[in-house]
Amino acid sequence: MALYDKAAGGYVNAEAVVSTDWVAEHLTDPAVRIVESNEDPLLYSSGHVPGAVEVDWTRDLNDPLMRDYLNRDGFSALMSRIGVARDTHVVFYGDRNNWWACYALWVFSLFGHPRMSVMDGGRIKWSQEGRPMTQERPVTLATDYEAPERDDRTERAFREDVLMLLADRGRLIDVRSPGEFKGDLVHMPDFPNEGALRGGHIPTAANVPWARAVDPESGCFLPAERLREIYEQGAGLQSGDDVVTYCRIGERSSHTWFVLRHLLGYPRVRNYDGSWTEWGNSVGVPIER
Amino acid sequence: MALPPRLASTLEDLAFFTDRAERVQALVSVAERFRPVPTETAAPPYEEAHRVPGCESEAFVWVGEEGGGLRLDFAVLNPQGLSAMALAVVLKEGLEGEPAARAQDVPDEIVFELFGRELSMGKSLGLMNMVRAVKSGAARLA
Repeated sequence: MALYDKAAGGYVNAEAVVSTDWVAEHLTDPAVRIVESNEDPLLYSSGHVPGAVEVDWTRDLNDPLMRDYLNRDGFSALMSRIGVARDTHVVFYGDRNNWWACYALWVFSLFGHPRMSVMDGGRIKWSQEGRPMTQERPVTLATDYEAPERDDRTERAFREDVLMLLADRGRLIDVRSPGEFKGDLVHMPDFPNEGALRGGHIPTAANVPWARAVDPESGCFLPAERLREIYEQGAGLQSGDDVVTYCRIGERSSHTWFVLRHLLGYPRVRNYDGSWTEWGNSVGVPIER
Repeated sequence: MALPPRLASTLEDLAFFTDRAERVQALVSVAERFRPVPTETAAPPYEEAHRVPGCESEAFVWVGEEGGGLRLDFAVLNPQGLSAMALAVVLKEGLEGEPAARAQDVPDEIVFELFGRELSMGKSLGLMNMVRAVKSGAARLA
């Protein structure tokens, strides 16, 4: 089997996605580290892909005291603990259509880890195919990973970057629900208000809910042709655009960042993790409804 | 207000696990006891009136009375909704048989006592809405 087998999806970065078949054939490959990242904290312990380690988005990826991600030392320690070397191929998967897997991959991207993929269809596809699951935590040989400094310039956007993007007529993709986008809601449907003062969206943003990039039946990413229909014919993006994705706190939008950056190969896509919880409360910034 | 005794006992048992991995494993074991609502009570597709709002695990709750005490049933349609299943078991085992009014003694924040503070906003609110759905149903009976 070829190293990567998803070229049929027509993705620009064919290495970004691997199939469950591919993962099944590389369960014991020492050059591959499989990482499960979920929203539900019980799932990994209930059973996971044999050999997979868990990366928890709150405990492992976020600074506990500052709204920010882990720093160079923290990332180096994490990678060393889960047995990843700089040349290890890291394959992410998880629940919720790989939403949290993409979020973890995005954070890893801030440290420029060279080889990363997402297992198409995520945890539920693996499970529904009747593939082996285990509760046994793998024994990993610690590495001595030396991460570079976190680089927030190319894959991450801050509020000031968004203001500059607006001035430069860049493109914004709001991946929240239509109700949130229109300002009818300041939170996800059925959820209480979590503190955004205003409802609406960042001016000029196009609304493309994140899950549109996924086949609802299989949980797999749509092929590139369908993705282009959504993001190019539908939302008017072009591959050369300077694009910023956002949602509420930057987790849903990391999924869309992955789609645009890796599956469609846009060279300039950043995820604004401050997102609406920051923008909707900021003094002196415009919104649209 | 004191928690109903069986619910308090469950929390005490879980508090014994100070190691997160052990605590998670204990909650997984709780979730494995989950049984969906019996078909004589409700059969799919379930009435939307029983759906827990905002629960991404697609949980449904039925609150009734049996033998003078509460009876609780749950369905969780998302097979990955393990936390919702665990919470359903904790609520069912902790509250069934109690007077309906005792459900109001369960704070929404029991979710954090069970699962810790490291839940996503969506997950924590969905689980808290399960607790609220039980309390709301019980209030109508009390």
